[in-house]
Amino acid sequence: MNILIRGAQILNPADGGDGRDGDIAVEDGVIRAVGAAPPGFEAHQIIEAAGLVAAPGFVDLAVSLREPGLEYKGTVFSETRAAAAAGVTTLCCTPCTRPAVDSPATVELIEQRAAAANFCRVLIVGALSRGLAGEELSEMSALQDAGCVALGNDLNPFADLRVLRRAMEYAAGLEMPLFLHACDGALAAGGCAHEGAVATRLGLAGIPASAEIAALGQCLALAEDTGARVHFCRLSCARSVELLADARARGLPVSADVAAHQLFLSEHDISDFNPDCRVMPPLRGEEDRAALREGLRGGVIDAVCSDHQPHDINAKLAPFPSTEPGVSALETLLPLVLGLAADGFGMAGALALITSRPGALLPGNAGQLREGAAADICLFNPAAQWRATPETLHSSGKNTPFLGATLTGRVHRTLYQGRVVHEPE
Amino acid sequence: MRHFLSIAGLSREHLVEILDTAESFAGAGDRAAGKVPLLRGKTVVNLFFEASTRTRSTFELAAKRLSADVLNLDMDTAAVQKGESLIDTLRNMRAMDVDMFIVRHGDSGAAQFIARNVGAGVAVVNAGDGGHAHPTQAMLDMFTIRRCRKDFEGLRVAIVGDIRHSRVARSQIAALNLLGTRDIRLTGPQTLMPAGVEQLGARVFSRMEDGLAGADVVIILRLQRERMRGGFLPSEGEYYRRYGLTSARLALADPAAIVMHPGPINRGVEISSLVADGARSVILRQVAFGIAVRMAVMSLTVSAQISGRAK
Repeated sequence: MNILIRGAQILNPADGGDGRDGDIAVEDGVIRAVGAAPPGFEAHQIIEAAGLVAAPGFVDLAVSLREPGLEYKGTVFSETRAAAAAGVTTLCCTPCTRPAVDSPATVELIEQRAAAANFCRVLIVGALSRGLAGEELSEMSALQDAGCVALGNDLNPFADLRVLRRAMEYAAGLEMPLFLHACDGALAAGGCAHEGAVATRLGLAGIPASAEIAALGQCLALAEDTGARVHFCRLSCARSVELLADARARGLPVSADVAAHQLFLSEHDISDFNPDCRVMPPLRGEEDRAALREGLRGGVIDAVCSDHQPHDINAKLAPFPSTEPGVSALETLLPLVLGLAADGFGMAGALALITSRPGALLPGNAGQLREGAAADICLFNPAAQWRATPETLHSSGKNTPFLGATLTGRVHRTLYQGRVVHEPE
Repeated sequence: MRHFLSIAGLSREHLVEILDTAESFAGAGDRAAGKVPLLRGKTVVNLFFEASTRTRSTFELAAKRLSADVLNLDMDTAAVQKGESLIDTLRNMRAMDVDMFIVRHGDSGAAQFIARNVGAGVAVVNAGDGGHAHPTQAMLDMFTIRRCRKDFEGLRVAIVGDIRHSRVARSQIAALNLLGTRDIRLTGPQTLMPAGVEQLGARVFSRMEDGLAGADVVIILRLQRERMRGGFLPSEGEYYRRYGLTSARLALADPAAIVMHPGPINRGVEISSLVADGARSVILRQVAFGIAVRMAVMSLTVSAQISGRAK
């Protein structure tokens, strides 16, 4: 199947700049040429892309697919379909399913469902401890052989630092990267909002910034001890950026990401007890938000992810402290990231946060639009406005603080391995 | 004011209207006057997800004095234990054609949530939601202060104790600020002082003596026993040593200062019996005023619902 994308603004974020107008020739799932079709190229399908940006398919480091066990919130099919609609062609799925992704059988189940759906590349993050309980090590070698690209424990705390240290040592021996959330379970216990004036006024139990900062300090010390390659998930505090900058300056093999909503919302957004703004880590202060953006600009934080967590309606239909945290975030990822373009990132710089920069942390070098790469391409209209509504969202989860908002930037078509997996309805 | 959920969002005029209306129900003495027919034919449901004796019974008395039909539902023992969700409970209640819910719930924001989900024409009065708000308690405290001290401006008010977990304190701080009190002092152990509380419009004093100096109103909060288990405090004795209101400490306040407490009191933990039962204590008057203030809140919200429906 040969496809010719004609007249797009071609933008490979890794190259910087504004891109150039031209054509992209796709042959057998691979990008054959960028700029102009090679002589004699015969297209079976021509996509007219004038006015559209052609970017590499997006790379999302954190998507909860909810399957197995939580199918009432979402399935591999429904959420990878949403990923295609969001322009995401490579995603890392989280291990917090039921059962947790701590056995090859669960890995295989997700792989098979993802292959059957075939909307995007699903890279699986396995559980670092058995059942994510933080007490015993998972069978890491078996998970590695089954295809897991990294191991993590989500927000579940470890019983003590010794268990975490052993897990990191063992993973380091396997050269398995770790996806760790820096969150001290005891300091965060019972909390549902950033500890500060807003939570105090609302009478909500707070989660102090120190829950993240203290845990990050401990994990960095253990990373130094064990030589484990650690990627820190969902940083939320200004001080964390400084700690990480220091660790990177000393040459530790660490990286980090931030959820898109942390760059746009703050503690003030929970003022009316909006359960769609309940997330973990919690929305923090304005100064934290500014520092996270600065961390991305300076390269201390590598990537932006959606931290997609689709929920059933009941999960959010309760008073704020009794609701489940998380945002259905895949389909708002592009509009939010484009919002950074105006904040000194530029279009290429902003897109790099969801393409080449996260891609560099994963096997396969995803997030590049160049000859010879897999034809994972997102065509989007950067100026198109649309409203996020339960009808326009493909995800099973409609739990987004941006529901009803008019967003700028809309995915037009998504190609995954040279096939159109999303097109305008 | 179609619901009464928190002090935040109300204006000074709202609060004064409630106090004036309560005054009309309170009569000359402390006891509320006889029955009035303002809520005749209306059904009021006390929906309490947390145990309460005093607040619930004063709401019940207030509703009965307004001639309403009253239904008491103790949800901490009923449907919730059968696994019914709050939203289902509300939908069932809605089908019963109720005019007003008085709600108490352990979650902050529960009153807002319930108000959003009861449907049109039903008033919700917050009788305490988690650590967020307890606005009728704050209003009866304001009523008590106004009866005893007349003017809110220029008043020095000290609130002592577990501010962190206190919905009463939050509502009091909000009400006092709206009514013009500029000198609000909070005092208590740092473990029970929530982050950024100064931004609510109050000053924090670690030493109780500093907070009490020259105060016109001293509000003592109840210390929950479970605070010891949570690692907030070493012991009741240690708390009393530093924050118990004794006669000696009360002597630091203004000679005419009144002592208030939302009850129920822990004698010898946050307040000495001598002070609690002494001449400066208005604790029992607070309880009596609670009925008139709750009558005012209920009648004002119901009439707002009716005029809202007429529009």
